[in-house]
Amino acid sequence: MKNFTPISKVKNIATEGSVLLSERTIARAEDAKTFFTRAGNMTLFILQTLRQFFSFPFEFKEFLKQCYEIGNRSLPLVAITGAIMGLVLTIQSRPILNDFGAESMLPQMVAVSLIREIGPVITALICAGKIGSGIGAELGSMKVTEQIEAMEVSAVNPMKYLVVTRVLAATLMIPVLVLFADALGMVGSWIGVNIKTELNIALFFSRAFSSVDFIDFIPAFIKSFFFGLVIGLVGCYKGYNAGKGTESVGIAANSAVVLSSLLIIIVDLIVVQITDLMI
Amino acid sequence: MSTEGQYREEAVKGEPVIKVKDLKKSFGEQHVLKGLTFDLIKGENLIVLGKSGSGKSVLIKCIVQLMTADEGTINVLGNEVGNLRAKELAELRKKIGFLFQSGALYDSMTVKENLEFPLRRIKKGISEKDIKDKTMEALEAVGLASALNKMPSQLSGGMRKRIALARTIILDPSIILYDEPTTGLDPITSQEISALINEIRNKYHTSSLIITHDMPCARAVADRALLLKEGEIYAQGTMQSIQQIEDPWVQLFFKD
Repeated sequence: MKNFTPISKVKNIATEGSVLLSERTIARAEDAKTFFTRAGNMTLFILQTLRQFFSFPFEFKEFLKQCYEIGNRSLPLVAITGAIMGLVLTIQSRPILNDFGAESMLPQMVAVSLIREIGPVITALICAGKIGSGIGAELGSMKVTEQIEAMEVSAVNPMKYLVVTRVLAATLMIPVLVLFADALGMVGSWIGVNIKTELNIALFFSRAFSSVDFIDFIPAFIKSFFFGLVIGLVGCYKGYNAGKGTESVGIAANSAVVLSSLLIIIVDLIVVQITDLMI
Repeated sequence: MSTEGQYREEAVKGEPVIKVKDLKKSFGEQHVLKGLTFDLIKGENLIVLGKSGSGKSVLIKCIVQLMTADEGTINVLGNEVGNLRAKELAELRKKIGFLFQSGALYDSMTVKENLEFPLRRIKKGISEKDIKDKTMEALEAVGLASALNKMPSQLSGGMRKRIALARTIILDPSIILYDEPTTGLDPITSQEISALINEIRNKYHTSSLIITHDMPCARAVADRALLLKEGEIYAQGTMQSIQQIEDPWVQLFFKD
């Protein structure tokens, strides 16, 4: 859209305020156009990914490699985060529960908090930082160095080889990492409980899971698939559509983390609302 | 006339493998290509010369549909590339090799994997022995059989270009598009790459469209040349005939 430049006749009769208003309106229209263009591009990208997912042949070897990269390589980070999450939650909650004379409820409270909310969300946010930025930077640098175009001209479909495999691997591996983080969070919590009191591990887990039902576990598990989908899709979209120059690689990685983190919170809100309506 | 000269004469008269007609491409207000019309004849090396930003790379990206032209037609091996469906375009791309300016080797793969990658995906049912043989043949053609298990990061600029060239020829393309094959290389390596371009043409009987502004390379490989200026063909003919044009801009371009 061309910049608004009032012609001399109009400029003479228009007030300064009205010219300013016109220019602002045009600027807003430009912003709206950019927003809708990006939303449209993202939608097309998702549709293309879906179409390639259902078309033969599937790049199974690359998919397994990505599962290893995303799942196995994230284990140490997720393990440390999970254990610390459980430990901190226990240490922070103990004084409050103590005030209400409910310190014995500590394992149950931590279990419900971890499984329902903290485990999936914190793990997804950590993975958005590690996996989302990794995918964004990798595909971004492939784009900048023309490797994606090289794939295209050698008649290899880069959407199928690069995008579908990464999105699917992220979608399937994040739930596994969430389960792992939950388990280690519970171990961390048991350690936290034992800092001030002595509680047998079997008794701790027996108490913890006494108040956890499938209704706590299933929605949390399902939403972690969506978190994985968001991380994979956003990372691939940002990397695949990176601009030119090395600066674009950093921008792609950074915006992949920011957008996927935001979307994780939004998806979480939607799932919590739906779950709340269903229970 | 030398054998090479006689070959040139035959090549110009031959059957076109790429026919570009009235090709136009703009980016917003910037008109990069303003109606290019030319043919690439079977078996010839056609050089496209021009200043940076004159639309040379855009031209070859339009030929393989990495970019779509705004107007005009491109016919490659009898196919109008603008009208092809995705599958048909993929089939056509198997017959076209593309050497990128940067080489565009896959960083996460070894040289061997880089070469095997298009083979495994395109030549379905090919045996492991054939893959190994073709990989070694391509590497030997570029004189780098010893680099088989190296990562791209362990290679020099010239070696990367050679490996990229090996990856380009591994699928036996009938047309090769070179995007500035000698840019960023020292004069000796540039000479080696130029010699390699001629060798590949002679050995695999390919037709080549070579984008460059490296004059020694252009002189070494050109059968014919197009000189682009501001998105239009300013001059065309053999390198010798273009160099003799008494035009200040052309003379400035060929000044060593």
